[in-house]
Amino acid sequence: MRQDEQGEVSFEQASDATLVVRLSGSWCLRNDMPAAALLAEQLKAVTPKRVLFDSSPITNWDSSLIAFLTQSSEICRAHGIKQDRGGLQDGLRHLVELAEAVPEKTGARSASVRPSFLTRVGNATIGYGHAVGEFLSFLGELSVALARFLRGKARYRRVDLLEAIQQCGAEAVGIVSLIAFLIGVILAFMGAVQLSQFGASIYVADLVGIGMVRDMGAMMTAIIMSGRTGAAFAAKLGTMKVTQETDALTTMGISPLEFLVLPRVLALIIMMPLLCLFADLIGIFGGLFVGVSMLGLAPGSYMRETISTLTLTNLFGGLLKATTYGVLIAIAGCLRGFQCGNSSSAVGDAATQAVVMSIVMVVVACGLFAVVFNILGI
Amino acid sequence: MAISVPQSQPSNVKAAITVRNMTMAYGSFILMRNLNFVVRRGDIFIIMGGSGCGKSTVLRHLIGLKEPATGEIIYGDINFTRAGPEVREQLLRRFGILYQSGALWSSMTLAENVGLPLGEFSNLKPAQIREIAALKLALVGLKGFEDFYPNEISGGMQKRAGIARAMALDPDILFFDEPSAGLDPISSRLLDNLILELRNSLGTTIVIVTHELASIFTIGNNCVFLDAESRTQIATGDPKELRAHSQDPRIATFLTRGEKGGDLTQSHG
Repeated sequence: MRQDEQGEVSFEQASDATLVVRLSGSWCLRNDMPAAALLAEQLKAVTPKRVLFDSSPITNWDSSLIAFLTQSSEICRAHGIKQDRGGLQDGLRHLVELAEAVPEKTGARSASVRPSFLTRVGNATIGYGHAVGEFLSFLGELSVALARFLRGKARYRRVDLLEAIQQCGAEAVGIVSLIAFLIGVILAFMGAVQLSQFGASIYVADLVGIGMVRDMGAMMTAIIMSGRTGAAFAAKLGTMKVTQETDALTTMGISPLEFLVLPRVLALIIMMPLLCLFADLIGIFGGLFVGVSMLGLAPGSYMRETISTLTLTNLFGGLLKATTYGVLIAIAGCLRGFQCGNSSSAVGDAATQAVVMSIVMVVVACGLFAVVFNILGI
Repeated sequence: MAISVPQSQPSNVKAAITVRNMTMAYGSFILMRNLNFVVRRGDIFIIMGGSGCGKSTVLRHLIGLKEPATGEIIYGDINFTRAGPEVREQLLRRFGILYQSGALWSSMTLAENVGLPLGEFSNLKPAQIREIAALKLALVGLKGFEDFYPNEISGGMQKRAGIARAMALDPDILFFDEPSAGLDPISSRLLDNLILELRNSLGTTIVIVTHELASIFTIGNNCVFLDAESRTQIATGDPKELRAHSQDPRIATFLTRGEKGGDLTQSHG
């Protein structure tokens, strides 16, 4: 058989009432195949009572020929024309009959009809309503679980808590230090360009110190933890849902919220302020690095300036922010994990949504903090 | 086969589970309506029907993971559907459930998996819990695998470990979701023997979702047959009786793999 030989179809008017569809050549999926529409055109030109399929000149065939034949026979049925498959090889005829054995399930295709614009807007709105409801009930259940924890009645494993602390604490130190150092460097550069014009380079220390401790330390730690830990929480809980592990907890009378979410929320509440403190320190060193190497400041005077400008209020304000961001990240991660659908792609979606949701919530919270701190005069 | 199945149960056996007029729905889509069946104490009860007809969903309703749209589920004389959260939790602790995928907690060893319910709901000391967990694992043929993680053992072993966990609290009722799916014929036969052994020696009521004909006839003594097309149950009773006497072509076709009852393509939902 030659590879380049193509499947061909020809039509022949045998007598007035019969159209012979002659199939020849090599019908192969890899080659191009004639469209069944050819037959439809032919049927428009002549109106036979009967169509006879003849596959005797064919050299080679695969499912492309079966597809052609099933389409052709649908066209014949639509025109009310009788078909004669006597000229087909036995195997071929059986396969075509098999493809037509089960009639199309009525209604199976109508589900994919695209709904109207208004329907979609309505559905999306109702969907948002449900999402808000789910969020609130998750918050409520989490509060109940925290209350039970405070009374020492919560069911969770200490090991899980320690593991979560390690995962979102110790293991995150490397990346947090790197980013915090660079943020310190960037803040120092931004300040240095302006301040050195006034010969006030030493105030770079104030800028970096207050910038890191009040806002950037907490903010950057939160962004890193959203991507790192928030996504990990969502993926882990989502996978547990797919494999029915959360169902197994529920039906054992153990609340998955207490057992899975509580240790993760606690771990972030404990570790976020510590990571933030660490980030503050590293950021200040980043500023010091620029101050000493680029601006020619003495390390001692830089540190003295930093210490004299920082207040405990600044520090605790930053740590409070970090703790809040930690709670928000844990909530976003765990909520998205619990809402995960039942497939592997749903787990990926859950992780993505968790990161987006936690970063948005962190930035919004940062804005609210700025307003509130401003009103309070902190 | 060494273990014989009692062919008939005395008629005064108290009902373990009564399902009354249950309709299952996802939102406005009705999956099954008017389900009515009784599982007697000590039954090995099969929920069967073609693929995708809602067998597993019936199970999810029975164990409280989904709520019936209408109707109710009654355990003994306690109405599970209407019960408050505390009563439900009490009831749940008397169930053991084997999930389709095993659903072992992947971050825990087998011993921890089996021991978790014991640790949560008993006053046993850690050493005692470990001993009991080892015993339960030995009962399902997994002696020596206490410190393995679920991803380190084969699918069949995961299923058996799942059964060990389901049996941890010596439940009154065991639920199995497709226990033999993905098992080779020998493993699935051994699993059938294990299920029979559990019922005969402990008197546990067992509810199984399956479409494995071999298992259905070897261990089942009561069943409900669900039909996807008419969206309701079309038969209840002993599967062997149904095979012998059912006049319904859909049931005959299913229980004989299409050798009786005629056209395969028409009766399959």
